[in-house]
Amino acid sequence: MEIKAVIEQQPKKKNVFGKIDIRAYTMIGALIAIWIFFGMLNETFLSARNLSNLFTQMSVTAILAIGMVLVIVAGHIDLSVGSIVGLTGGVAAILSNWMGMPTSVVILCTLLAGALVGLVQGWLVAYRAIPAFIVTLGGMMIFRGALMGITKSTTIPIFDAQFIALGSAYFTDVFGIILAAMAVVALFVSTFRKRKSRQQYGFTVSPLPFELTKLFVISALILVFVVTMNSYKGIPFPIIFVIALALIFSFIATKTTFGRHVYAIGGNVEAARLSGINIQLHTMMLFVFTGLLSAIAALVLTARLSSATISAGQMYELDAIAACVIGGTSLMGGSGTIIGAIIGAMVMTSLDNGMSLLGMETFWQYIVKGSILILAVWIDIASRKRKTN
Amino acid sequence: MPDPYFQHDTTGVKRMYALEMINITKEFPGVKALDRVSFKVKKGEIHALCGENGAGKSTLMKVLSGLYPTGTYDGEIRIDGKPVSFRNIVDAEQAGIAIIHQELALVKEMTVGENIFLGREPRKFGVIQWDQLYYEAETWLKKVGLTISPQTKIHSLGIGQQQLVEIAKALAKQANILILDEPTAALTESEVEILMGILEQLRAQGVACIYISHKMPEVFRLADSITVLRDGKSIATLSRAETNEDEVVALMVGRELTERYPYVKKTLGHVVLEVKNYSVWHKEKPMKINDSIHITVRAGEIVGIAGLMGAGRTELAMSLFGAYEGKAEGQVWLEGKQVHIRSVQDAIRSGIALVTEDRKRLGLILGMDVKTNTTLASLKNISRLQVINQNEELKWSQKYVDELKTKTASLETAVGTLSGGNQQKVVLAKWLMAKPKLLILDEPTRGIDVGAKYEIYHLMNKLAKEGVAIMMISSELPEILGMSDRIYVMREGRIVKQLSHDEATQENIMMAATGGE
Repeated sequence: MEIKAVIEQQPKKKNVFGKIDIRAYTMIGALIAIWIFFGMLNETFLSARNLSNLFTQMSVTAILAIGMVLVIVAGHIDLSVGSIVGLTGGVAAILSNWMGMPTSVVILCTLLAGALVGLVQGWLVAYRAIPAFIVTLGGMMIFRGALMGITKSTTIPIFDAQFIALGSAYFTDVFGIILAAMAVVALFVSTFRKRKSRQQYGFTVSPLPFELTKLFVISALILVFVVTMNSYKGIPFPIIFVIALALIFSFIATKTTFGRHVYAIGGNVEAARLSGINIQLHTMMLFVFTGLLSAIAALVLTARLSSATISAGQMYELDAIAACVIGGTSLMGGSGTIIGAIIGAMVMTSLDNGMSLLGMETFWQYIVKGSILILAVWIDIASRKRKTN
Repeated sequence: MPDPYFQHDTTGVKRMYALEMINITKEFPGVKALDRVSFKVKKGEIHALCGENGAGKSTLMKVLSGLYPTGTYDGEIRIDGKPVSFRNIVDAEQAGIAIIHQELALVKEMTVGENIFLGREPRKFGVIQWDQLYYEAETWLKKVGLTISPQTKIHSLGIGQQQLVEIAKALAKQANILILDEPTAALTESEVEILMGILEQLRAQGVACIYISHKMPEVFRLADSITVLRDGKSIATLSRAETNEDEVVALMVGRELTERYPYVKKTLGHVVLEVKNYSVWHKEKPMKINDSIHITVRAGEIVGIAGLMGAGRTELAMSLFGAYEGKAEGQVWLEGKQVHIRSVQDAIRSGIALVTEDRKRLGLILGMDVKTNTTLASLKNISRLQVINQNEELKWSQKYVDELKTKTASLETAVGTLSGGNQQKVVLAKWLMAKPKLLILDEPTRGIDVGAKYEIYHLMNKLAKEGVAIMMISSELPEILGMSDRIYVMREGRIVKQLSHDEATQENIMMAATGGE
């Protein structure tokens, strides 16, 4: 309270740079450091071909992490996503191979299966008050078992070229450039619309040169990304899924009442309830989302491997949780960002990819990944403490 | 200047300083929280420490209790005349200092006995001697007038009882210097009596008590000396016999308070709330918490609900708001229409708002910022197709910050970092934004400073003038008397008396609440 009084006395000088999320920038910095580190040890790491692979590899973890963030923010956990990936992948393969369904039907049914599984789990957590840890731990075993049952423990190959394209196709160079141009235009338009709207309300806006610099830097990054991808085979198809889903869910998380309510529930469930928020419905919907996202991840994975196996998706839930945590999501609930989780997924995948390129033995890879996870949270907690002191 | 400690004479024992804090200065980045504060407490005296929230009382006590270790502040602490330096809380405890925090620090899932001896369990070869622990715990409980079993879990106790357990815990440490930070904020009148008795006993035993309180009658009843802090400075140390309430309050705020309760006569409108034959059942046990309640509240009226802790006032409010788990019977009419409120959403839709008694646990999301908390209950009004208009959000929350004079660095400041009074203003803003017809306030000014209290009273009057019906639950009798147009007194779940503003006195309310005649 004493501190507040003094801050008030200072002239209200708005930060020139607007709101900068220091945490997000730290994570991006860490990611770049990892890339430079591996790039120096092995020059193929930063080649267009490897980066393209890296992005494709990370897509499944990233998609799962997007859903996981919101579940963790609300104060729950979902341990079943890996098994849902396996199960819905199996469903997709059966529909495509054994039953010869067209791709569109396969996609639709798979998504439906994922959402349904999520709905059941969500209902148990939200309306029957069984802890999410237990429901999804049970789910993890049940779905893995169901996968073994429906596939009769065999590997089902996919022959439908359209389906396989979901996981392994590339956009042509021209289309990539068009996409990039569209993204840049959308970026400029939305930024300027926001500025205009803020000005109409009489709020301060960050200075135009700063805003423009920021826009040009981001545009340049988009361009560099597209050009790099184009110099190999083009933008990998799965990456578009990740980007689209990240945008959609970031929007849901930050701009909609649903997202706001989820953060409120995670921050203080009692206060949220007494503010008229329907806790149960929101909680159930979160699990529907993770089920749906797991099914999307399953489509990408099955297509990329062009087969469904009984071990598909095993341990993916842990990768997704680790990605969220590295990306700054608090397991206590209430805070976490989608973009952070995506960066977290990139860190995890970069470590995997980099260490494999260096020919590190598998046991070392596990030890390093585990240590990085703990280290990331350690640094995070230490820096938060310093801030509050 | 001779140090009083060394003036030994035959009667000198009483005049020795148990504690001397000399020129204590504590700085936080950019702000001096304490500025050369001097504070001395004699043995066997109750020394009240008064000041508005933010005056530096808590900071001073944190320095004393070792929470801010030696080296993080300037100045000297002496106990019984000897300089001491505390590296942590354990050091301070070993020097005989025990603190009873304003915020309860008990482990909810543990028993009363386990809490009293937490960290100091009687042991033999490392094995806890449970019989001894519970036996001793019981004797300490008796001292604070609690007749509960020491094997009761904390979470099944009311806030008042928990506060008494805290006090028993501090007593069990056999402290020479006892710090009580707003100990009566959650106590009922009879519990306050017990506490006063205990403190008088401790004084006779030579314990030095530091008593932090906003409540002037208590301070003047108990304290031997009063030290007033303002803006991190020690303003004055007064002997109780030579001062009066008005002087102390004036020193605290630095201005004369002419009217402490700005009561205004209001013109009443139509009946907004009518509760008929309303009963609320306990959420687990087959018993009624509220029985056959009849209440009316008119537009523009402030209705006070008085009663002791446990009279069922909070449960009634929660039940009317659709937030109590127990079943309710009877009729609720809002503006002439019968309503069936089954959830908080129903209540908000029908125009009811409830400012809960425990703002940190029930009212706010402490990690979220001012604007998010402000708009939380009325996001619908500033959203289209579920998408929040963030400019509208800024506009509305800024409006309420200005209107309620909430002191916050920005709209993006986490509410957990605000002072109690400002947190309460954010809760009020949240419910004002929902535009209620009926505003229920449960202990609206608990634990907040005089200035903020006064502002909240004015706000209540303003809302009433605008035609809002206000129902105020309060355990502070002067507040009930000073603000209400009409007063209902509750005892054991029933309305036992109804009084108009002019009829009501402390005596007749207390009489009805305690069941005396």
